[in-house]
Amino acid sequence: MENGVWVFIENDSGTIADVSLELLWKGRELADQLRCELGCFIIGHQVSGAASDLIAYGADMVCVADHAQLVHYLTLPYTRIAVELIKEYRPGIVLIGATTTGRDLAPRIASHMRTGLTADCTDLQIGEYKFGKRIWKELLWQIRPAFGGNVIATIVTPETRPQMATVREGVFRQPEADPARKGTVVDLNPILTEQDLIFKIVERVKAEKKVNLKSARIIVAGGMGVGSKDNFKLVRELARVLGGEVGATRAAVDAGFVDHERQIGQTGVTVRPNLYVACGISGAIQHRAGMQESSRIIAINTDSDAPIFSVAHYGITGDLNEVIPRMIKAYKEKD
Amino acid sequence: MAYRMVCLIKQVPDTRNITADVLREDGTVNRQALPAVVNPDDLFALEMALDVKDKHGGEITVISMGPPAAIEVLKDAMSRGADRAILLTDKKFAGADTLATSYVLESAIRKNGPFNLIFCGRQAIDGDTAQVGPQVAEKLDIPQVTFAEAIEFLDQDDIVIRRAIEGGFERIRGRIPLLITVTNTAANPRPPSIKRKMFWKKARTRSSVQSEEEGEMLERGLLIPVWGLAEVGCAAEICGFQGSETWIKNVENVKLTAHEPKCFDTSETGIKELINELINEHII
Repeated sequence: MENGVWVFIENDSGTIADVSLELLWKGRELADQLRCELGCFIIGHQVSGAASDLIAYGADMVCVADHAQLVHYLTLPYTRIAVELIKEYRPGIVLIGATTTGRDLAPRIASHMRTGLTADCTDLQIGEYKFGKRIWKELLWQIRPAFGGNVIATIVTPETRPQMATVREGVFRQPEADPARKGTVVDLNPILTEQDLIFKIVERVKAEKKVNLKSARIIVAGGMGVGSKDNFKLVRELARVLGGEVGATRAAVDAGFVDHERQIGQTGVTVRPNLYVACGISGAIQHRAGMQESSRIIAINTDSDAPIFSVAHYGITGDLNEVIPRMIKAYKEKD
Repeated sequence: MAYRMVCLIKQVPDTRNITADVLREDGTVNRQALPAVVNPDDLFALEMALDVKDKHGGEITVISMGPPAAIEVLKDAMSRGADRAILLTDKKFAGADTLATSYVLESAIRKNGPFNLIFCGRQAIDGDTAQVGPQVAEKLDIPQVTFAEAIEFLDQDDIVIRRAIEGGFERIRGRIPLLITVTNTAANPRPPSIKRKMFWKKARTRSSVQSEEEGEMLERGLLIPVWGLAEVGCAAEICGFQGSETWIKNVENVKLTAHEPKCFDTSETGIKELINELINEHII
C-alpha cells in the first residue's frame, strides 16, 4: 500500500458524505496515474455495510473502525485511529473533505505527522516539481484559490509524507458504482481509551437539509447589488417562476439577505446548473469558483465592467429592479 | 476559579472589500495597498475569552506572530480588555505555512507558562485554512473544539461548548485544558474602550523606542515584549519558510480575461429576446 492514495470517508450513521464519494472518484484517477492502490478508511458505528459500496465506488482497500462511541465525529479518537493507520500503511497521499469534520481532523493529523496540508483545494493533479537542481516526479499538485481568491496557487509537499489536502464538496464528480469490483476490507476493531473520550457529544441538533442547490437545474442568485433583504424577494420570485432555487454570494449571506445554506462559492456550495442567473453579483473570484461551470450564465449588473460578465454567456447591463420584473413578464407571456 | 487564557490573533490584509483602488492595471490585486486589520474571527475568539474573564476572573495573554507592524493588532486587543500581549517577530518566522506557524505558536504558549484555555479565530481571511488552531492543539497534546459558538457551562475543569456543524449544532462536554476555535456566529466582539485605546495607542516594542524613553515606557507598562527565535526557543529549521512542508509551486494572478457575453438591452424587447432564446434552446 506504500505510496497509495487514501481517502477519509465521512459518514452520517453509515450514509457516505457526497464529498467522500467525489474524492473516491478523483482518488481513483490519481491512483491509476500513479499505478498504485486506492485505499480509504471509514470511522463510525454500523458502517461495515458501507465497505462493499466503497469498493464498488473504486476503492481497492477499505479500513473500517466500527465502535458505538464513534457514531459521531470526535477529534481525539478519530485522529488517533487515522494516525495509526497512516503510520502502518504509509500512504503517499491522504485526501479529506473540507467539511466541518474534515477541517477539524485533517490539521490534527498533519500536525502529528509533521507533514504539509493544503486546505480547500479545488483541483488535484499529478505532476513534477523543480526547485533549483532538484526534481521531484509525480507529486500531488494541490490547487486552490488563495488570498481571498485573487490568486490561484499550486502547492506541493515534496519532502514529507503523506501529501495531504482537504477538498471542497462539489468540485469533482461522483463515481459510478461497479458491483463487480473486488477489494479488501480490514476490520480495525478499535479499542478506545479514557483519554480518547475526554470530550463527548451530549446533544446534536441537525436540521434536515432543506435546500439542495447542488441538484438544482436552475439557480437564481443574488449579491450585494440586490440591496436589501426585502428586495431579495425579486430574486426569489424569478427563481419561483423559472422553477429554480435561490442562491447567494457570501456578502449577501453575511449581510443577512438569505440563509447561509444558500451560499455559493469557494466558502459555500459549488454548483453547475443548466442555468445560473447572477443578479447584482459583481463576480469576485470566490463566487465565480462556485458557479463558473454552469452551462449557461446570465449576468445582470449595473456596472458593465463587473467581473461577472467575463464568465457570463448572456449579459444585461442594467438595474435588476427593472430587468427581473421584465424577465418574469416575458417568461409568463411565452407562447 | 480564575482561568489562565491565551488568545492567538493575526494581522491580515482586508481582503473582504477589494475595490478598484487596489487593482493594478493588469487586473491583479496589489496586496500592499490593502488595509491591515485584526482577523475578523479572532475578535470573536477574544470576546469569548473576555466573557470567561468577566464571569470567572482570570488573565488573558494575546499572542500574535507577524511583522513588527502586527503590534497594532495587539494594541487593539489590549484596548478591548486583554491583560498582556506578546509579539512574535523574527525574520526566521517569515514565509511560514500553517505547520511552521503552529511550531512557533506552540513554543511561545509553552514558554508563556501554564494555561487553562486557548482561543483562536476559526480561520483567517488571508488564507481561509482554519488549520493553525488544530495544529497547535495537536502539538500541545490537548483536546480542541472547533467552530465554537458559545461556552455554555464552565465550572472548575468541566466545560460544555456549543459548536456549529453543517445544518445545526452540537453540545460537547469535556475537561480543560482545551483549545477552542471560535466562529463569527459567536457573541459579537465588544468595542475597544476609548480610555484603554488612548492609553495603548502609545505602546511600542522595546526595539522601537529610544533608550532614554525606555525606563518611562516600561514603568507605564507600555512596552510590548517581542519574542524572536531565541526567546521562543524553537529550532530555526522548523520555523518560517525553512520549516514549511507545503511549498508554493506557482501562483497565477487571477486576471479578468476578455470574454464577451452576448448582450441584451434592458428594454422589454431586449429581455423578451433573451427569454425566447433560452426557451428555444430548452434551457428554461
